[in-house]
Amino acid sequence: MPSKTLSKERAPLELEAADKGASLWSDAWHRLAKNKLAIAGLWIVGGLSLLCFLGPLTRYLPAAIRPAGLSHSYEEQNLDARVTPPDARHWLGTDQLGRDLLSRVLFGGRVSLMVGLCATAVSLTIGVLYGAIAGYLGGKLDAIMMRIVDILYSLPLALFVILLMVLVKRSILLIFVAIGAVEWLTMARIVRGQVMSLKKQEFIEAAIALGLRKRRIILRHLIPNVLGPVIVYATLTVPGVMLLEAFLSFLGLGVQPPMSSWGSLIKEGADWMEDAPWILISAGTVFSLALFSLNFLGDGLRDALDVRAAKD
Amino acid sequence: MLRFIARRSLGLIPVLGVIATVTFFMTRMAPGGPFDSEKNTTPEIRKAIEAYYGLDKPLFEQYLNVMKGYLKGDLGPDYKYPNRSVRELILGAFPVSLELGCLALAIALAIGITAGLIAAIRQNSLLDYSAMSLSMIGICLPTFVMGPLLALVFAIHWHWFNVSGWDFARDRVLPAMTLGFYYAAYVARLTRGGMLEILSQDFIRTARAKGASTARILFKHALRGGIAPVVSFLGPAAAGIITGSFVVETIFDIPGLGRFFITSAFNRDYTLVMGTVLFYATLIVFFNLAVDIVQVWLNPKLKLE
Repeated sequence: MPSKTLSKERAPLELEAADKGASLWSDAWHRLAKNKLAIAGLWIVGGLSLLCFLGPLTRYLPAAIRPAGLSHSYEEQNLDARVTPPDARHWLGTDQLGRDLLSRVLFGGRVSLMVGLCATAVSLTIGVLYGAIAGYLGGKLDAIMMRIVDILYSLPLALFVILLMVLVKRSILLIFVAIGAVEWLTMARIVRGQVMSLKKQEFIEAAIALGLRKRRIILRHLIPNVLGPVIVYATLTVPGVMLLEAFLSFLGLGVQPPMSSWGSLIKEGADWMEDAPWILISAGTVFSLALFSLNFLGDGLRDALDVRAAKD
Repeated sequence: MLRFIARRSLGLIPVLGVIATVTFFMTRMAPGGPFDSEKNTTPEIRKAIEAYYGLDKPLFEQYLNVMKGYLKGDLGPDYKYPNRSVRELILGAFPVSLELGCLALAIALAIGITAGLIAAIRQNSLLDYSAMSLSMIGICLPTFVMGPLLALVFAIHWHWFNVSGWDFARDRVLPAMTLGFYYAAYVARLTRGGMLEILSQDFIRTARAKGASTARILFKHALRGGIAPVVSFLGPAAAGIITGSFVVETIFDIPGLGRFFITSAFNRDYTLVMGTVLFYATLIVFFNLAVDIVQVWLNPKLKLE
């Protein structure tokens, strides 16, 4: 178990953790459960995700039990009901093409949350592998690899993401990859620091003595043991990634109409704020709420798993 | 210190070389060219224009020519604005962005450090909690939400400011606040954390025991160390303010370099795109250099390596 992620005053728990595999996690869970803000964040994120993924399905309900506000699709245009303020038929109002805003916000949430998860997965894969390899192999290779990370850190990478999005044919897949490709640096640093301290421990020596190959040691023995900090920083990467996607969509470089994401809805709201301020207000509120709760959840996880910022 | 500056500046050259190479091939590999949207061009005219700018040569030769130009400090001609050089265009638009960025940074530091200090002195008081909740809200309200919201309230609803433009002094207020608030929120949290750590140390207790006033302890003894996290955040903050300026300049219709960069990328104005990227990268690297020097000055335990 990752003893480095536990602080000294929790030493007894650490011993216990060595006996029963799951107790480090259940211990962390108990600590998380005490953090009201983090739990509120978890509920809000969970609730929003459920709403976004199930909400758009309500229009398939039989008309008898379905309220009027839940019967629209995100791309259906109703030119008779353009720019209407929130009412019983359109709970959040409509946009300039008469599209129901509630269903657009929910659909946009799907896109934003999906980008958040997928791009984080990309950055996680790159960062964890890069950091583990640099940390475990060490020496010159490590020096070169970390120098590259330092250089990339000092560059305005958003410039390159913008370039990529402008120049290449835009697709959702490209958004995942482009964002994931610039958000892995912190993860790589953290994992490297963890691996460097883990590799001196006996279980790795034992693995080497058993004649395991480097690949197997890194993938099977090192990476599972840095899971704690990885989960924490992955949680904190999700809002960062969603922010970048919204930033791109706001500049018109992200998802393309008729699809929507929270970022593109905010852009629409900003363009129409004089006639239809409800677009900006509802999209902005939902987006900020999601960022807010993800940040609190990440902070709570960091305290629960007792991970400190890796400084090296 | 001079050696440190010289070495870091030399180290910049290969980095810029790599950036120029990556940007060059990225822009050229992409479909479309700078003259696609030109009206009234027959294929012959287009060929002539492309030949004029050397765009008909093999890609690698073009690359060598561009790099040779950069070595001489020549950023090349612009494709969209005939008879203007990229250098002129960048130097023409940058002062606007610089003004916006400096104002935003000033707002961020003034509000952020004050709020952080107050929160640290009155730790766990109502004041502390409200300052920190406000800053959490600030962090979760990105510039592209904050900007339109501020415009909605102060420009459209109350008519205090113009919705867009950059002509009068008061046109600076909303854009600078939009860009500054986000970083003020970060700075407040960092200041609070840094100050709390320093205030719990022995030398502060010694100073207090010797009867130094609270103001003296704070500003003479604690601030220098407590501000360290803020200073190391300035590097990423500057990069963020640059990207943030793309959004803010778009929202408030400000004729700065950020908006220029976005339109030039959309127009496939290759030389302007590359020039702007290189310009920003150089700016960031030198800014980071300055930040490193300030950090060593603040904390004598560190050394310029």
